[in-house]
Amino acid sequence: MSIDLSQFFDVFFEESFEGLDVMEAELLNLQPGHEDSETINTIFRAAHSIKGGSGTFGFTSVANFTHVLETLLDQIRDGRRQLTAEHVNLLLQSVDCLRALLTALQAEETPDLSNANDLKVKFEVILGGEESASSDTVDNAPQGRESQTYQVDFKPLPHLFKTGNEPLYMLSELSELGDLETHAFCDAIPEIDDFNPEDCYLSWRLYLTTSQPESAIKEIFEWVEDDAEISVTLCGGLFEDDVSASATPEPEFDKEKTTGKETQNIDVTKAPLAAKAKPETSKKSAESTSIRVGIDKVDSLINMVGELVITQAMLTQLGEQEPTENTLAAMQEGLAQLAHNTRDLQENVMRIRMLPISFVFSRFPRLVRDTSQKLNKQVELKLLGEQTELDKTVMEKISDPMVHLVRNSLDHGLETPEDRIRAGKDPVGTVTLNAFHQGGNIVIEIMDDGRGLNTEKIKNKAIANGLIQATDELTTEEVNELIFRPGFSTADEVSDISGRGVGMDVVRRNIQALNGSVEVTSAKGVGSTFTIRLPLTLAILDGQLVKVAKHTYIIPLISIVESLQIQIKKVSKVGNGLEVLRLRDEYIPILRLYQLFNHDGAIEELDKTLLVVVESDNHKVGLLVDDLLAQQQVVIKSLEANYQKVNGISGATILGDGRVSLIVDISGLIKLSGLKRPGTQELLVEQELDEAVS
Amino acid sequence: MITEKASINEQVILADRDGDTQFLTFMMAGEEYGMDILAVQEIRGWEEVTAIPNSPQYVNGAINLRGTIVPVIDLRVRFGLPQIDYGALTVVIVVSVVIKEATKIMGLVVDAVSDVYSIDEETAKDVPDFQDSENSQFVQGLVNVGEKMVVLLNLKKILDLEVKHSEQLVVGG
Repeated sequence: MSIDLSQFFDVFFEESFEGLDVMEAELLNLQPGHEDSETINTIFRAAHSIKGGSGTFGFTSVANFTHVLETLLDQIRDGRRQLTAEHVNLLLQSVDCLRALLTALQAEETPDLSNANDLKVKFEVILGGEESASSDTVDNAPQGRESQTYQVDFKPLPHLFKTGNEPLYMLSELSELGDLETHAFCDAIPEIDDFNPEDCYLSWRLYLTTSQPESAIKEIFEWVEDDAEISVTLCGGLFEDDVSASATPEPEFDKEKTTGKETQNIDVTKAPLAAKAKPETSKKSAESTSIRVGIDKVDSLINMVGELVITQAMLTQLGEQEPTENTLAAMQEGLAQLAHNTRDLQENVMRIRMLPISFVFSRFPRLVRDTSQKLNKQVELKLLGEQTELDKTVMEKISDPMVHLVRNSLDHGLETPEDRIRAGKDPVGTVTLNAFHQGGNIVIEIMDDGRGLNTEKIKNKAIANGLIQATDELTTEEVNELIFRPGFSTADEVSDISGRGVGMDVVRRNIQALNGSVEVTSAKGVGSTFTIRLPLTLAILDGQLVKVAKHTYIIPLISIVESLQIQIKKVSKVGNGLEVLRLRDEYIPILRLYQLFNHDGAIEELDKTLLVVVESDNHKVGLLVDDLLAQQQVVIKSLEANYQKVNGISGATILGDGRVSLIVDISGLIKLSGLKRPGTQELLVEQELDEAVS
Repeated sequence: MITEKASINEQVILADRDGDTQFLTFMMAGEEYGMDILAVQEIRGWEEVTAIPNSPQYVNGAINLRGTIVPVIDLRVRFGLPQIDYGALTVVIVVSVVIKEATKIMGLVVDAVSDVYSIDEETAKDVPDFQDSENSQFVQGLVNVGEKMVVLLNLKKILDLEVKHSEQLVVGG
């Protein structure tokens, strides 16, 4: 019987990655010297199921590597070995390594085993000594590794059959590990009158010659541990005589005295290879697109659909009746109920995509641990609001910017323990991640109790970079804002942690791409707080409907700074007919939407139109529209799916009357207008303005 | 529109099913064109569309097809035929075609739908001598149905917006 195992691959990988996450989280909880046996057990179980799964699916490289890991964990669990910080580090590295192996296998690539092999060597050094022989199974090649003979005494308790276990299967499984010689003891079988066919009266002494470790043998008997007496011992050395000659079983079965004193004679045969690697399927496994949903969410959806059906039935019934005052009122009531049901249903469908933010938060303990070690800083990480839910897509995209901000806090924000003591602070710095809902948004705060932003330094740097003039009077907030400008880093030197060419500007851009915003508050010597605000989902946005000629467009509310009527005298032309509005002390380029979108019939006189000032990538531009219409939440639909990418348009939506309306993409619009100088982040207008002024 | 649809459905059922390919035909500038009926999702009357900025002239705009945004293409403009005012018979044939591994749903505006034929594709003659015309790429073949000639269309080419149309007529009136 052959089953196509590849259909289970997705589940295996999903579970394995979950297992690795569990291992990582629990390893971080481990305090060498004060380890909790339950924690070790959890780690062991996770490793064990990864090993089992990868063995089943033929990923031998993973199975073999996990095996060494497991051996060490097993020894720690049994108290045979003391856990050290070194072990934890090594285990953490192994988790990374396994993750890389599994990722490669999932993508159906050949995994790079060099790292795994290096780590294996380290494990073997630790395991060393007498254990090394039994644990040295990582190298899967049968030659060059010695087979050993184990004596296994297996005496099931009479009730074994009732637990659904069958010794025959265990024996046949054992025989797959190597050469097996079995001796059954039948002396416990009672007289026929006393014989109970449901009891097990047999016991065995087994001699197994195998290159597999002792743990592989134990594993087979794992399920019957409580229902049998089992002992596995290594027979001393290799023997010369013939097996059959000396295989005289002892009449008494004494499991206590089984050490290699009975010299048996067994051919040293090569153990069969562990399950051969299954040929990889050619099917490309795409990025994980499945989602695990709590059954309660599904239940509530089913309830809601039930309600909806009832309401619909009621409305149908009303529709069939003679129209009277009463039916009309009932109909209106029914429609209100329908609206209510629909809204509930919408909210709950959205909730399916929502996952607790702990999925993102959970990667930070590791990051903080590694980074603080590198920086020689003592850091405590606090996680708050881990159960706050966020759309899966948003979650995937927010984690990179968050990593950057946390690294930044550790590197720039927190002081060294010495500096902290000098400043009268606890030598252990605190980084807090906090998530909560506010309005229709999720707010994520990254707080540190470090030195705060150095406004003087930022200002000087900004002046040096020509971002501001030395004479500019800026408020603290405005100065702090400067760190989000391109090419800005306050780190004096490029370190391993920051200064890798990714700046705060990229963080801000990534967050803005999610229709979110990020801002910073800081107090000198007290710490800084980065606040990220994100929409709960990418499927819905708050939009401002505007009229351009006879067309209705939607501008994302989050990018709108203000809307105003234009005073002609404040508009000047620079360069190639580019109009610029002087707004307070800023120059705002005016983009005539009807021109960019090639629509006829729009109002062209500036003073009869409205200007919607929007901001994108730190650039403000004004969009000229005929009129402002309503504001409303819109469901984002893809225009690309059936059509193609349209410059300046990010998607479409359907308005209340069923018409399609397009959503304006501000940064795409700036590109479309040719305002941006190619290859830079600068707006052309800034250069033009300089020329115009001089 | 409703009667129009009903009559088409009727003909689909009446058409024989001996393995021949069935084609839906429609009229445009006096010519009868046909397309594989399996590509046709539905037929709708003309409705207002939302303009898509900077789109090619033959793209009328986008409509809402039960929650999906569907672009609508004017086949006359795509073929370089003179435009006419849309009237009561103007229909949008919604088709779904796999283009570059993605299934795209699009609407085609034509003058009026005409008939459903079962045609043995073998009998479809190769495109005659207008190979020099760029529009010939939109034509899959020509068939005779009784006295009439029907132009079978290559939807994949027509809906692939990267394929440029020409100003010439496909088949002279």
